[in-house]
Amino acid sequence: MADYWNIAPGMENALKELFSRKTPAEVTLEFVIPEKDFNNAGKGSSEVKNLLKRLGVDSDVLRRIAVASYEAEINVAAHSIGGKMTSLIYEDMIHIKFEDSGPGIADINQAMIPGFSTADDLVREFGFGAGLGLPNIQKNSDALHISSEYGKPTLVEFLIFYG
Amino acid sequence: MTLKDIVVLLEGEVLGTEVDLSRDVPCAFGSDLISDILMCTKEPTLLLTGLTNNQVIRLSDMIDVVAIIFVRGKRPLLDVIAMAEERGLPIVTTKMTLYRSSGLLYNAGLRSCKI
Repeated sequence: MADYWNIAPGMENALKELFSRKTPAEVTLEFVIPEKDFNNAGKGSSEVKNLLKRLGVDSDVLRRIAVASYEAEINVAAHSIGGKMTSLIYEDMIHIKFEDSGPGIADINQAMIPGFSTADDLVREFGFGAGLGLPNIQKNSDALHISSEYGKPTLVEFLIFYG
Repeated sequence: MTLKDIVVLLEGEVLGTEVDLSRDVPCAFGSDLISDILMCTKEPTLLLTGLTNNQVIRLSDMIDVVAIIFVRGKRPLLDVIAMAEERGLPIVTTKMTLYRSSGLLYNAGLRSCKI
């Protein structure tokens, strides 16, 4: 499996601290993301955003979380044969994991190039396929990890701090 | 500039009921690509687009969209209008193109949103 990591400048220490942390998430939310279900895709991200808003997370951070999460949710619906989204909410940050059942990303570095897209006609009809999904996730997250390979499931996970 | 000024300038038709047109609009963005629109995370934005599906309304759950102007005479289906009403999101349709609408608004002093 190929792995891709991106850590936003200045977040290295926060991540180190996170890896040594033992406390479990305060809230865990899970949503199933069916293949090409554009009537419902995005609902999971809306619900996570609404919950964090009730918890008092700052609106600028909230928008970053919502955009990164929505892009990843749409990616699973548009490009995979289906998957799920798991949101782990901590006191000071959110960790969202997107795991699908394949068919995987052939070249992750290529997929990170703004404008590169493998979206099909149906996906493009909805206004997706700009080739900005993964770059937008990277731009809005404090840490991003992608693990994939052609013919295998994909994991996209990111962290955003608000504490 | 208020939403009411914009509707007049674009000879627009307001869709849905009980829409508040008094809200001030600080800036605008125009695109038919959802990920492009999601670059507008910094400030409340007027959106001009030719997209009329439910995902364009769902966008307003993620970023702060003041209102949506559907250009080129596009008109969303009733369930999409209902989604906008549920969110209190004003939606307007204009027969003008994206280019003409953007030009008129820019000339009237409405700036481009920061991305």
